[in-house]
Amino acid sequence: METLIFALFAALALVSAIVVVTHKSPIYSTLSLVLALFSTAVLYVLLGAPFLGALQILVYAGALVVLFLFVLMLLNVQKEETAHAGRGPQLWTAIVGAVVFAGMMALVFWRSGSPAVTPLTPESVSLKTLAAELFTRYLLPFEIVGLLLLVAVIGATVAARKPDALGRIEEHEYVSGDEPRTDPLKSGPDPHRPSVAEPAYKEAS
Amino acid sequence: MSVPISWYLLLAAALFAIGTIGALTRRNGISIFLSIELMLNAANLTLVAYARQMDQRTGQLIVFFVMAVAAAEAAVGLALFIAVFRQRHTIDVNRMNLMRW
Repeated sequence: METLIFALFAALALVSAIVVVTHKSPIYSTLSLVLALFSTAVLYVLLGAPFLGALQILVYAGALVVLFLFVLMLLNVQKEETAHAGRGPQLWTAIVGAVVFAGMMALVFWRSGSPAVTPLTPESVSLKTLAAELFTRYLLPFEIVGLLLLVAVIGATVAARKPDALGRIEEHEYVSGDEPRTDPLKSGPDPHRPSVAEPAYKEAS
Repeated sequence: MSVPISWYLLLAAALFAIGTIGALTRRNGISIFLSIELMLNAANLTLVAYARQMDQRTGQLIVFFVMAVAAAEAAVGLALFIAVFRQRHTIDVNRMNLMRW
């Protein structure tokens, strides 16, 4: 039974991962990534980590993929044009990937003389012991990760911000020629922002 | 009948290789991010599998931290792509050559 579930979801993860990598449209890639992450969550549960499985679905398949889809919708990304990457780079990257895969596979079988796994007990899958270890021995990394998330939120907000009323993020700082000068995320009929400083509350309306 | 741990490791290696190929061959920035998430996920699967084999909790806790860092990375990265898109009107990484000499 466990072998059957493993085989089913491992195959699902592999197929959806291949779809993530090969599909032209990023929307389909993202939705296929949800499937891959969900299959991995099932495998986590099989490995005796139900908390991580739930967290995988909540954080990855929930929040993160929604963020990806939101950005894709915002940027209106079209399908990739396959024209201008030749066969050479793709061939080389495929070789690199295959070498990585072969190396890891060799490592797995080289170390396959490992002891048999002990059966799962209610003690070993309990959330209580996990939480006790997280909040005693790993308390400092936990706090640092919280700080990292705070910094990431602030950094993402600053990086994705609109150019403000004073025009402090100028759009002519690169000299690449043919790109239009307007902000593509701005939908107003007048693309030219007035040069005078306006009150900030007018930006929000 | 329990599944041997090396099967999980093999699956994780395959997922990681697929993610590597994707991150190196795609040109859309968001697709590259998706491939990186796939690679992180494969590494997480390896950690959980080894935690199962060693009968310890540390691997699962590391996966917890990796998930948080991956979320932060994706948030900042997507914000950067939005900022790039404002200026270049594309997120094709072949056309982001501002810092290439």
